[in-house]
This record gives sequence, structure tokens and C-alpha cells, in this order.
Amino acid sequence: MTTADEARSRTWPSLVGGRPRVNRWSVLALPAVVFLVAVFLIPLLAMTLRSVNDPPGAGLSNYQQFFTQGAYVRVLTNTFWIALLATVSCLVIGYPFAYLMTIVSGRVAGLLLIAVLLPFWSSLLVRTFAWQVLLRDTGVINRILLDLGVISEPLTLIRTTLGVILGMSHILLPFMVLPIYAVMRRIDPEFSRAAANLGASPATAFLRIFVPLSLPGVLAGCLLVFVLALGFYITPALLGGLKDQMISQLIVQQIQQRLDWGFGTAMGVLLVAITLAFLFAASRAVRLQDVFGSGIGED
Amino acid sequence: MTAEAMTPTRPAAGERPALVLRALTKHFGSAVAVDGIDLDVRPGEFLTLLGPSGSGKTTTLRMVAGFMAPTSGSIEIDGSDMTRVPPHRRDVGMVFQNYALFPHMTAAENVAFPLRMRRRPGAEIKKRVGEALDLVKLGSFGDRYPRQLSGGQQQRIALARAVVFEPRLLLMDEPLGALDRKLRESLQLEIIRVSRELGATVLYVTHDQEEALVMSDRIAIFSMGRIEQLGSGADLYDRPASLFVADFIGESNILRGRYEVDGGAGGWMTRDETRWRVGAASAGRSDVASGAAAALVVRPERMRVLADGATPDGLNTADATVDEVLYLGPDIKYQLALPWGQRISIREPRELDARELARGERVRIGWKVEDGLLVADPASA
Amino acid sequence: MTESWRQPRRILMAALGGLTVFYLLAPTLVIVPMSFTEAEILSFPPQGFSLQWYEHMLTDTQWSTSIVNSLIVAVLTAAVATVLGTLAALGLSRGRFPGRSLVNGLVLSPLIVPVVVIAIGMFGLFVQWKISGSVLGLVLAHTALALPFVVVNVGTSLQTMDRNLELAAANLGANPRRSFMHITLPIILPGVVAGAIFAFITSWDEVVTAIFLTTARFRTLPVEMWEQVRQVVDPTVAAVSTTLLVVTTGLLLLLVFVRRQAPA
Repeated sequence: MTTADEARSRTWPSLVGGRPRVNRWSVLALPAVVFLVAVFLIPLLAMTLRSVNDPPGAGLSNYQQFFTQGAYVRVLTNTFWIALLATVSCLVIGYPFAYLMTIVSGRVAGLLLIAVLLPFWSSLLVRTFAWQVLLRDTGVINRILLDLGVISEPLTLIRTTLGVILGMSHILLPFMVLPIYAVMRRIDPEFSRAAANLGASPATAFLRIFVPLSLPGVLAGCLLVFVLALGFYITPALLGGLKDQMISQLIVQQIQQRLDWGFGTAMGVLLVAITLAFLFAASRAVRLQDVFGSGIGED
Repeated sequence: MTAEAMTPTRPAAGERPALVLRALTKHFGSAVAVDGIDLDVRPGEFLTLLGPSGSGKTTTLRMVAGFMAPTSGSIEIDGSDMTRVPPHRRDVGMVFQNYALFPHMTAAENVAFPLRMRRRPGAEIKKRVGEALDLVKLGSFGDRYPRQLSGGQQQRIALARAVVFEPRLLLMDEPLGALDRKLRESLQLEIIRVSRELGATVLYVTHDQEEALVMSDRIAIFSMGRIEQLGSGADLYDRPASLFVADFIGESNILRGRYEVDGGAGGWMTRDETRWRVGAASAGRSDVASGAAAALVVRPERMRVLADGATPDGLNTADATVDEVLYLGPDIKYQLALPWGQRISIREPRELDARELARGERVRIGWKVEDGLLVADPASA
Repeated sequence: MTESWRQPRRILMAALGGLTVFYLLAPTLVIVPMSFTEAEILSFPPQGFSLQWYEHMLTDTQWSTSIVNSLIVAVLTAAVATVLGTLAALGLSRGRFPGRSLVNGLVLSPLIVPVVVIAIGMFGLFVQWKISGSVLGLVLAHTALALPFVVVNVGTSLQTMDRNLELAAANLGANPRRSFMHITLPIILPGVVAGAIFAFITSWDEVVTAIFLTTARFRTLPVEMWEQVRQVVDPTVAAVSTTLLVVTTGLLLLLVFVRRQAPA
């Protein structure tokens, strides 16, 4: 009757009483589906099988092996810890930056957006390498500080947790800024004005009105950064020390060096499971399209 | 229950209708958008589907265009059954509300598109596109892209594109809705001129009753998926068949009460202590039963403020208190309150030496018996 | 935002903003001048000006073959991913079938699964299928990773396109095929091109799956760089980094240009 009903019946005919039709366009999605199942899903499934079958009849022994060894569990907790640190640092840097983007003119906001997106699309390896160059004992930062006389001996910045966090935050910052900015943009400036009119000081208006309204973006950004940080490999490998080892490094080690496929794949399955668990838990709190829909194609 | 008897819906013998809708129905799940429409459109006629949003007029138009398949019923265009024919083979012209001009083509390329689809030779396309653009007075604008044209110009290009292939039927879906008033008025005349020049049959959808009255030969008033009344503008205005139509077209004062037949000719409308005469003609046209709840519809320009003491024959009267006095240039409009609180309006031409009424003043109002139109009152008080 | 607190806040915000932009851009930009050093080692500030490291990159067989390999893989990936992704976007946007949201999720899932896991999964199976270490294997892997970007770009184009245009085309006599070729495709072309560019960039810069799916004889540029970066760091790596950056930035600028030209 209304166009809304029309639209609904076209999208979910079964819901509005019609028969669920499969129209001709549907077949176009097939090649991609077949491709992904073959090249993406099946390898993951094979990997999962291998984790319980290598050595043959292993069952859950690979998993047991992981959880019973302190060293491995430490790597897991360290992974969470570093991911958490990275999330916090991205939030601390990213929230004010996103706010800045909302209060400047459109032109400047566009430039700031480019500043965020450009590194986003440059090679992760190049950026991590750049940090390596910056943080080394003979690197740029130490060089400058030594030349300026601020320090007399080079600071140990590389092979430290600080180095890893600096590098990871650099790479993950866009994933925090973009969702927060997307939500902040939609907050009506009238709210702050109304609050002022009703007697709130600027600081109060900001804390009591603006910040709570921006929380969905914050949650989305934190979730995204955390989940991505869990799986990081290149950056901790190049910038971190032995005690900063993350689980992905352990996985690569087991596969490439030790050739222990059973153990390696088991950890891989574990990592995916943890990632999915976090995403699922968060999907209850945040709309996932806010998380994955931003950044790409935003002008 | 419609007043179709007023205006013949079937064309004169020998004249095949341009469009025939028979029992056309559309369901969306359990919701009924179009509920068994019957309509015959004469060749060269400008027929408007008028009604509020959600009344089914746009859905009907889209079914005629072929964008939607009817749940049941049939559509016949120029004698051929088109009910199941896909839209690209129906050969009807359509003008969309938001123009739907192809943004990546110039105006001329847009207009040429239907001719290209029909594989006409290049020279012919060029000639006919030029003619179509001249028809809408945009002959030199062919090389512009839609984004370089104003809203009114875009709409005229859309019109040119819809008529260039000389379709048998022209459909228009609220084409002027997005334009401002002045532009709308000039484009209304433009559309009428173009369709007359082409001798096209036009099916026009709008929710603006003034627009419908200005442009149409006949109007079909839609309400809740059905046609309430079909007729010319004058028919609908002077002889509305229902309260809905009376309320939708033009302004009306609605006096509710109970109707009693009086012998053979006409009857009486009773409300509380007041009684009004219902004319024989009006009573004969309506099918309100004696004793039923009914309403008398009187147009504001048919009511008058009576001079003190005057009680002429042949008039129904009532006491009223003046609420507001509005100056409308050549006319003056009074809003008055009847004894039971109901507000009515009276519209009169301003007499230069007439005394102006004051707010709160008590007056007597009256109208000719035959100007009171009797309709049923669905919401019986 | 009220006027009264503009001044001090503004300065603070601007300073923070500037600092953040510096944080974002400086590290990568520092590499660029360092690639022109005359010295044998990476140093800051760079000494002198020389193109020797670029020369080395282009003449040294290991580096130059890896550049060529990267190009081949990236172009093939862009081609395959664009075709599959555009079809998928059309199917998801215009298609009606049960499980549509599942397919949507499947297409986006390569973005969610940690790339290390994807890498070992594919490695394990590709070895069995005997395609590990080949162009085919790497192209398949990169296509899977690039697919979400193509689908999102084309999907957005399709969504923002005025549906009435397709109705108008049908009304004016175009059958579904002609409507697609003449109306839909030209209008979504910027989205398709954008997807292709992102697919290229994804493959061009990709390192983790490449580490597993390449061999000493068949290497891509990022993998070559990865090997070098952990051992001897000669300035060639800086030259390579600059090259990678220039290519990516160039493509992104091209993308911005394409977007500006979009008709709708």
C-alpha cells in the first residue's frame, strides 16, 4: 500500500506474504561465492581439520599443548595486552583528531581526511620499516636527540613494547578515527547550543552531551582496532623484543621453522575463534556496518 | 456507489478507448494497495488520478507502465492486452517525478535514447530529437548535461524524451512535485500544450487538487485503493458523490445531521433544534437512506451573510458568530462559529461600500437550498 | 559549538591536530630523502644526493625480478577481483535469494580473519594442490583478499544510483541487457575503477600471504623487502619503499580524479 511496503515486499517477499522468489540477478553472485568457498573457506576448514589431525589422531592434544605451557599462554596474554595498549593509544590520539575534523571547515576536514587515508593505503611493511629506521639506536630519533644534546646515549626504543605500540598505533589509527568521525559528523551542533542556552558550561556540554553521543563510534573504533591488533604480525616482528611476541609470530614460527603443522594450525584456529568471539560479543553492542562501512569510498 | 452515472465512462460507440483497466488489483502481502479499479480512458483525453498519498494512484500508474505486475485484473492499451507484457515492450511514454534523466548523457542523447532502442536510422533520430527539443522550447540545449540544467528545464527534457517516439499513451507521475509554484504553473500549461499538439492520451498522477482541476478533462479521485468518483472537474466540484470527494476538492462546509425524506421531493436535515431543507435534485442524486446520518456540503462561496432581519424564501439559514475576518484581495473570507461550536467559512466578493463585520458580531447566514449537497456520513455521529 | 570557548581550545586542538598529522605522515616521508643518500648505509640526515640505490633496485636481478613479479600478480589480481567482485556486487544488490546476508558476510569475511591465519590455511592447501610458489597461487590468494574492496566500492555505486534510471530505460524500450550496458554500467564505472585500483594496491603491498606463497625463485617486491629488512639494511630498501609509496599515492590520486569525473 505504501511505498515502504512495496520496498519491503521486493526485498523480503516471504516476509510480506509473497513466495520467496529467486530472480535472475542472483546468479551473478555465484562465481564470487564459488571462488571464495574454494580459495578461502576450504583452506580454513582444512586448517581446522589439520589442527586435530596432525599428528594423526591428535584430537585436542595440540590445543592442550598450548594451554598447558606457560610460555605459550604468556604469548597469548601478551597479545591481548598489546592489543589493548594499541587500542587505548589509538583512542587517546584518535578521539581528539576526529573531533578536530568536525570543527574545522570542510576544506581542512578534507585535507585531514587525506592525511588519515593516505598512510592507510600505503604498505604496512613500508610503514613498519620506517618506524624501524626511526627507532633504531642509530635511527632518526636518537640521531636528532643526540645531535641536539638532549641525551648522551641512544635511547632503546626498538625491540621494546613502546616501539611496537608506536608502530601499531600508527597503522591502526585510521581504523579508530574513521568510525568515530562518522558518528561525530552526525551529531547535531544544535545540541551543544541548546545545552549552553540551558546553562551548561562548554566543558559540561561537551562531557555530558557530545561525548555520550559519540560513544557508538568510539565503541566501533575500539572494537575494530582491537580485533585487527590481535592478528598483527609484521609490526611486532620488526619492532618488538622477545617478550613482546604476539601469537601470530608464534604461528609463523611453528609453521615455517618448526614445521609443526598440528600445533601451528591449532593456534591459528584459536586466533580466529578469539577474533570471532569478540566480534560477536560486540555485534550485540554496535552495528557492524558502522565498523566496516566507513573509510572506503568516503569523499 | 459512485457518481459514474453523471459522466459516461464508456466512450461513444465506435470509439475505442486508449486505455482500459478492468478489476485491476494489487496486493502487497495482506495489504491491498489497489482494490479492483475499472477505468476507461478516451483517446486524446487528459485524465488525472488524484488522491492523498497511499491511495493507490501511483501503484496503478506503475502497473500501467509495467514496472509492477497486478495481482489480478487486466490492462488493455489501444485494444491490446498488456497485462503481462514487460515494460520495455509497452510503448508508453513516462515522465518521472525526479525526471530520471540519464546523468552520463547529454539532453539530446537522453531524448535520442528511445529511438536508438528502436534502432531508428541516425538521420531520423537527429531530426526527431531536434523536433522534440523544439517542442519543449529547449532547441539549443541539446548539448547540456542534466546537471547543467535547472529543475524546470530537466522536466521539459524528460517530457521531450517521453514523447519523441510518439507513444500511444503518456504517463506522468507527479512530474511537477519538486518545482516551485510559479514554475509549476507555467509547466502545467506547457504540458497541456504539448499533449494537445500531439493528440496524446495522458494519464496524470497528482495529489494537488488545484493542479488536477486546471489540467484535466476528467479526474478520478482515489481513496484507499478505489476510485471514489470519476468525472470532470466541474462534476466533482458541484456534485461530489461522497464526503471524501467534497472534502478533497475545494473547500467545503460540512453540516452533519440526520436526513429525513419528505414525501416525494427532497427532505429535511435535522441537527439538534435546527432544520434545513434538502433540495429534490440533490436528494435524487445521492442514495442516503431516510433516517440515516448524513452531511450537507455547502461551498463557502455559496453562503452569504444575510442583512439584518432578512429571511428570504428558498434559503436555509443559521445563526453564527464572526470569528475571523480575512482579506483576500478581491474577496473577503469570514470564519464563523455555529451555535454548537463548529467553524465554517464564507467567501464573498468585497463590496466597496458594504459594512465590514466585526469579530464577535452575531449574524445570520444563509444559502440556497439547491446549493446544499447531500452526502452520506460514514462516521455517523 | 559556542563562541566563548573558541580561542584557547582552538589553539590546543590545532596543535594536537598538527602533531597527529605529523605522527601520521612523518615516518613514511622520512624514508624518501634517505633513499637518495650517497652513503652505503641508511643514515639520517642523508649524505649527498645520489640515485644509485634506485639504479641498484632496477639493475640487481633479485630486486628487478621481484618488481616484475609484483606487477604481474597485482595486475592479474586486479583483473580477476574486479570481474568477480563487480558480478558479486550486482548479484547482491539487484538479486533476491535466500541467504543473501550470508553471502554478503562471506564476501566481506577476508577482511575479518587475521591474515596470518589465511596465509597458513592457503599455504597448507595450495601445497597439496601444487600451486604454492606459483603466480596462480598468489593471484588466487590476493584476489580473495581484494574481493571485499571491489564489492564494497561497486556496491556503493549501485546503491547510490537512482533506481528510476533503470525503470526509465526499460520504459523507453531497453531490454534488461541493453539497460545494463547503456545505463547501469557507465554509471557504476567509477565504482568499478575504484575497486580495481584498491585491488591492485592490496596485491601490490601485500606481504604476509606472499611470504608463504612465494619461493626463493619467485618473489614479490614486499617479500624481497621483508627478507632484506631483517638482515642487512642497505638504502636500496629505502628506494624500494619510496617506489612503493609513489605507486600507491599515484593510484590514489588517480582514484580521486576518477571520482571527480563521476557523472551522477
